[in-house]
Amino acid sequence: MNNLAKKVAMPTKPIKFEQWIEVGAISDIPKDGARVVKTPLGDIAVFRNLQDEVFALRDKCPHKGGPLSQGIIYGRTVACPLHNWSIALETGIAVAPDEGCAASFPIRLDGEKVFLSLTPSDGSADH
Amino acid sequence: MKRMKLVMVGNGMAGVRTLEELLKLAPDLYDITVFGSEPHANYNRILLSPVLAGEQTIKDIMLNDVDWYEKNGITLHLNKKITRIDRKNRSVHADDGTSAGYDRLILATGSNPFILPVPGNDLAGVISFRDIHDVDAMIEASGKYQHAVVIGGGLLGLEAANGLKLRGMDVTVVHLPDALMERQLDPVASKMLQKSLEDKGLNFLMGKQTEQLIGRDGRVAAVRFKDGQEVPADLVVMAVGIRPNTQLAESAGIHCNRGIVVNDTMQTFDPRIYAIGECVSHRGIAYGLVAPLFEMAKVCANHLAEFGIGRYTGSVTSTKLKVTGIELFSAGDYLGGEGTEDLLLSDPKGGLYKKLVLKDNKLVGAVLYGESTDGNWYFKLMREGTDVSALRNRLLFGETHLGDSGHGGQNRAAAMQDADQVCDCNGVCKGTIVKAIVTKGLFTLDDVKSHTKAAASCGSCTGLVEQILAHTLGGDYEAPEAKPMCKCTDYTHDQVRAAIRDQQLTSIPDVMAKLEWKRADGCPSCRPALNYYLISTWPETAKDDYQSRYINERAHANIQKDGSYSVIPRLWGGSVTVDQLRAIADVAEKFEVPTMKITGGQRIDLLGVKKETLPEVWGFLADRGLVSGHAYGKALRTVKTCVGSEWCRFGVQDSTQMGIDLEEMTWGSWTPHKFKMAVSGCPRNCAEATIKDFGVVAIESGWELHVGGNGGVKVRATDLLCRVTTREEVLEYAAAFMQIYREEARYLERTAPWVERVGLAYIKGRVVDDAEGRAAAYKRFLESQEIYRFDPWAERAKGVDKHEFTPMKVIEGQTA
Repeated sequence: MNNLAKKVAMPTKPIKFEQWIEVGAISDIPKDGARVVKTPLGDIAVFRNLQDEVFALRDKCPHKGGPLSQGIIYGRTVACPLHNWSIALETGIAVAPDEGCAASFPIRLDGEKVFLSLTPSDGSADH
Repeated sequence: MKRMKLVMVGNGMAGVRTLEELLKLAPDLYDITVFGSEPHANYNRILLSPVLAGEQTIKDIMLNDVDWYEKNGITLHLNKKITRIDRKNRSVHADDGTSAGYDRLILATGSNPFILPVPGNDLAGVISFRDIHDVDAMIEASGKYQHAVVIGGGLLGLEAANGLKLRGMDVTVVHLPDALMERQLDPVASKMLQKSLEDKGLNFLMGKQTEQLIGRDGRVAAVRFKDGQEVPADLVVMAVGIRPNTQLAESAGIHCNRGIVVNDTMQTFDPRIYAIGECVSHRGIAYGLVAPLFEMAKVCANHLAEFGIGRYTGSVTSTKLKVTGIELFSAGDYLGGEGTEDLLLSDPKGGLYKKLVLKDNKLVGAVLYGESTDGNWYFKLMREGTDVSALRNRLLFGETHLGDSGHGGQNRAAAMQDADQVCDCNGVCKGTIVKAIVTKGLFTLDDVKSHTKAAASCGSCTGLVEQILAHTLGGDYEAPEAKPMCKCTDYTHDQVRAAIRDQQLTSIPDVMAKLEWKRADGCPSCRPALNYYLISTWPETAKDDYQSRYINERAHANIQKDGSYSVIPRLWGGSVTVDQLRAIADVAEKFEVPTMKITGGQRIDLLGVKKETLPEVWGFLADRGLVSGHAYGKALRTVKTCVGSEWCRFGVQDSTQMGIDLEEMTWGSWTPHKFKMAVSGCPRNCAEATIKDFGVVAIESGWELHVGGNGGVKVRATDLLCRVTTREEVLEYAAAFMQIYREEARYLERTAPWVERVGLAYIKGRVVDDAEGRAAAYKRFLESQEIYRFDPWAERAKGVDKHEFTPMKVIEGQTA
């Protein structure tokens, strides 16, 4: 399941460099924490885990729309603050047995800087 | 790395459970080979009785099918009996010539039914009740023959007799002792059981010793007893006991003594060889019930996985008879003896009998007949060694009589319909749970939680789910004695806490490293618990890790369904001034707060505040002298009061001032779960102090102190702790009680279940009787308050944790 999810959700379309938007430095986000980036598409939650990996998901749990940025982050997962659904940070897919998906957005680190693209990753754009 | 070879002889419940546990811990450590002498994969032997009775089918009771073995890379040899262990060359050999080498060997050979050594015991139609083969034989015989005789009036014999009767046979139970199930029941309960089984149409021959089985044309036709009596029998089921199957072990020179002798880590005298299940003798006891076997499995797997923690130290067992319509439960020392006393409730005509055996104010045994729904509760009290002296006058009437009048709904599992909802949070019906238990082979509460979500949210139906588990699995269900904190560790809450204290661990990474956490980063269940244990144990040195706190505590406000927050300023003792009311009105107006609400704890709730606005709102309130009400935390919430003697014509003490004093002392303190107090100015108790964690009721001569109340999902009235005279005493007792709760209760355990778990006598011993201990706890409380009694709102209004409340970036305009 996990392996499959990774394959589906990693951005496969090449994203042009111009689309990357600098949103700040990694140190702006606490370890195992998240910040919100406000965009015309709605809020996007930007996560940083203990290993300093960064992830970006639409700030809405697929269950009841809870703000994922407010959840507890562990490993590569966030637990939604409203009803404790677990959502995979890489893909936005709810951890089984729950079902659903939050749109994930391409994000990358360039040194200290965090860049975000507002084109949702493949496989989750519809959600 | 080359994998080690693990071979298991035997393919029953205990053995396969060991493999399941092992695969969870160390999936890649071994190449596993299993030999089973039956042609079936692993099935639930406990449920053979319902299969015989026609209530379930073989398919229903399969636990692991052949696919499971394949999926887990296990080599499975069915229908092959191992006849020889070559310990020198470390290999096992089957009757058909198959052999396998091992680095570690598990003997899970189970037990054999004991066959009476009487002439004719080898005739056709003489069987035991042990496996699917026997059940098939019984079902077949019931279609062709009339007379069945079951020899043995124990649990298994009675279940067999009941099943055969339901299949239309004429059944006689023969029992050598004078009383049925004499190893589980006292004589009174035994007689009552016999009576109701007779009413169901079973015949009993008590005190009869079988002399011979008489055959005709090679098949059994009658049973003759020592006294000369003969009864016709076309089918004889021997259910006179089991013997651990030690033949293979003995032939290999492994020490056996009425069972394969093992130590607390389930190793035999050959340390490469483990033994598990019904074939073992542990500290001189051979167990025949599934719960102890599963406990052994856990320990065995842990050692095979090279974790090396955990010992099996024996089990207290309980039994339930799986005969539909008969409620029977027995556990522990049901007969009593030197130094024990009995509590009895006997209503033979009404078919009700309860006997509880107490020793040193603790429950040590129980027999329940006619009404066994409280069995699990009694069993829990036994296992946890709860001091029951405070409840002994109500104990016999069961848990529902302890003031648990709320929605919790224990003890009704049996009466529920399949469509009845059990878990109101997640909308799970009884039928769904039963189906999951039966079809997925679930044995524990955790299994049921993850498969069905029942009891996975507020937990108030946990008792009911456990009841359903017990009811579905029959007498062999036992709640695990000590549950690990979460899936990240095998340690319990208490063990983790002790390690934090004894090894002076002061950070979450320290704890995880020292205790070998299985997931580097923990999970949302253990991290908040660890953070709490750290800051409550080491208030001065442990750093409060906000990322391990639930959002409400991290943001110091309560998250609402739309992602906005609620703000509840502290109103000391529930009293307000004009200025405070004006400040609240002003802040609501200025920030356009959509909804205001008076809370149950006498506070004013401002709902629908956006997160970014929180610091500003707080700053506004702080300027007007208002501080955080901690309505969002596992912390001191509110002290509710009535007006008391200052105004009330009945009031005997100044309850409002007492409430303010208590709140000023305790605000800001973090507790295992939320903590509420109330002070009433007279015994009319208008502040409802007797459903609070700590309640104070004024009396003419001083104050009554009450503890462990709860007004939530499961209403519980407080227990009276003691009476005191002065204001100072009230403060000291309150702080001491709170501090001991903070130090000893498990995270997310309210005072109500905590007091029930440890017993009121224990709390009294610590808070009332031990003046020195109380003073010390009071001091520790105040020391911790030196650090934690501050207003988190004012800090944040001045810029602390700014990142929590501001967006990282605002991207304007259109997107591509």
